[in-house]
Amino acid sequence: MNNLIEKIRSDFPTLNVKVHGKKLIYLDNAATTHKPFIVINTLDNFYKLHNSNVHRGVHHLSQIATNLYENSREKVREFINARHFEEIIFTKGATESINLIAYSYGRYFLNEGDEIIISHMEHHSNIVPWQLLCKEKKLKLRIIPIDDDGNLILEEYYKLLNEKTKIVSIVHISNTLGTINPIDKIIEEAKKYNAITIIDASQSIQHIPIDVQKLNCDFLVFSGHKIYGPTGTGILYGKKEILEEMPPYQSGGDMIKSVSFDRTIFNDLPYKFEAGTPNIAGFVGLSAAIDYINNYGFDYISNYENQLLEYATRKLTAIENLKIIGNSSKKASVISFVINNIHPHDIGTLLDNEGIALRTGQHCTEPIMRRYNIPATSRVSLCFYNTIDEINVLYNEIIKIINIFN
Amino acid sequence: MNEIQELYQQVILDHNKNPRNYGEIADATNIAEGHNPLCGDHIKITAIIENDIIKDLKFKGSGCAISKASASIMSTLVIGKTVEEAKKLFDVFHKIVTSDIRDRIETIELGKMAVFAGVREYPARVKCASLSWHTLMQALDKAQKDSTKVSTEIILN
Repeated sequence: MNNLIEKIRSDFPTLNVKVHGKKLIYLDNAATTHKPFIVINTLDNFYKLHNSNVHRGVHHLSQIATNLYENSREKVREFINARHFEEIIFTKGATESINLIAYSYGRYFLNEGDEIIISHMEHHSNIVPWQLLCKEKKLKLRIIPIDDDGNLILEEYYKLLNEKTKIVSIVHISNTLGTINPIDKIIEEAKKYNAITIIDASQSIQHIPIDVQKLNCDFLVFSGHKIYGPTGTGILYGKKEILEEMPPYQSGGDMIKSVSFDRTIFNDLPYKFEAGTPNIAGFVGLSAAIDYINNYGFDYISNYENQLLEYATRKLTAIENLKIIGNSSKKASVISFVINNIHPHDIGTLLDNEGIALRTGQHCTEPIMRRYNIPATSRVSLCFYNTIDEINVLYNEIIKIINIFN
Repeated sequence: MNEIQELYQQVILDHNKNPRNYGEIADATNIAEGHNPLCGDHIKITAIIENDIIKDLKFKGSGCAISKASASIMSTLVIGKTVEEAKKLFDVFHKIVTSDIRDRIETIELGKMAVFAGVREYPARVKCASLSWHTLMQALDKAQKDSTKVSTEIILN
């Protein structure tokens, strides 16, 4: 282990936690990442020194809290290179961001017979809101199929597109297969039919740089807790001209300019979509998380994570009776696998006993499980505080489990 | 024996590898299916119940070692028993996997089910062990109401 990785690991206090008396080996980063001291201390400081509500009072602390909160919005804008500050809406997570689009944009602009395209590798959060909308508005949900390696079949996507296509909502990187989807091509084709494009960046935002202007997507969503920030922080990016046309999603305080019993005038962007007191401390913490990532930069992070991915793939592939689900040539550091005759939950419990945390189950992607005719998978998801040594321990423990079951 | 060894002891590994009464009864009088969406476990129980006695029972499905061994051991315990006796066994099983009763219940009553005592150390796995029993209870409940062929499905969340 070199000095830099040691330094990075020392920034994350939870990595020192002992599990069943063993050193924690945390390989569940696609579910949530751990938080560096800079984020934890920022939350701590906010509550100790700056706690107040935002956009409310004229008093000193309220002003500081408002500044910190709005600086975070600017930080996010810069991070994904949005054109305008008002295009960054704070939500409680990627799930709420998608629901906001479905309920506000979808309900308002879509009509009976219109079509929405998603893919076979979507997280449930990018399936269910559209199903509900389709039922309510009598719309049609179309699904882009995937091949045996876990790639979207683009020719089928092109066939699905037509004048009735109003929304194309696609995951950037699959949380189960690790596939990096060619979203630039997907967005470009959707534009030919004037369809609105939504990118679920929940699993890409922590691995690769995102530039929403270059992508030219209409919406992009992600969760702060997957990029080393606090839970309960979500981002909805939307193009200003579209957000302006959309009706509010939730209503109440802070999202209004004026209220009387006859009529209410809604606030401007982004506040029109932020009713009620938001997760102020959380977003101040998210700003610190972005600083932390920027400090290392994606050149370093992506390169290091790719090395881990390659090494882990090689090690796991060498295990007899182990099959990796998701073998795209373009992958992020997420590896799902199954082992003959050993259920993922048994693998998960036995690995946990050795201090190894990984996800087992369907990963909120039940259609993928059906596609590959498997009940569940075990999933290793790596990030830039993981090490080659940890992958070696995982390898050895998997071999032991196979021996127990045979 | 430490906790993990207790959970994955030889009896459980054996029943997982060579499950007893695995399959499907074509002319079953009672059918029930159970599903645990959290892990994707699925079980189908087919049984022949005559005069309130479980004449035969088979199970089929996919699941982890704990759920498969539980179904397998359950089948060996309930075949030949009355519906009422099977329900009593379920109560005992339920206590074994959810509370520390080793000191209080006669070991003779625990019998083969004692191997599941280790499950309670792993709250996430209690449902794995219970799925087959809950599915059986569904089938039996229906059996008492009428004598026609019944089929039901439960979902454990």
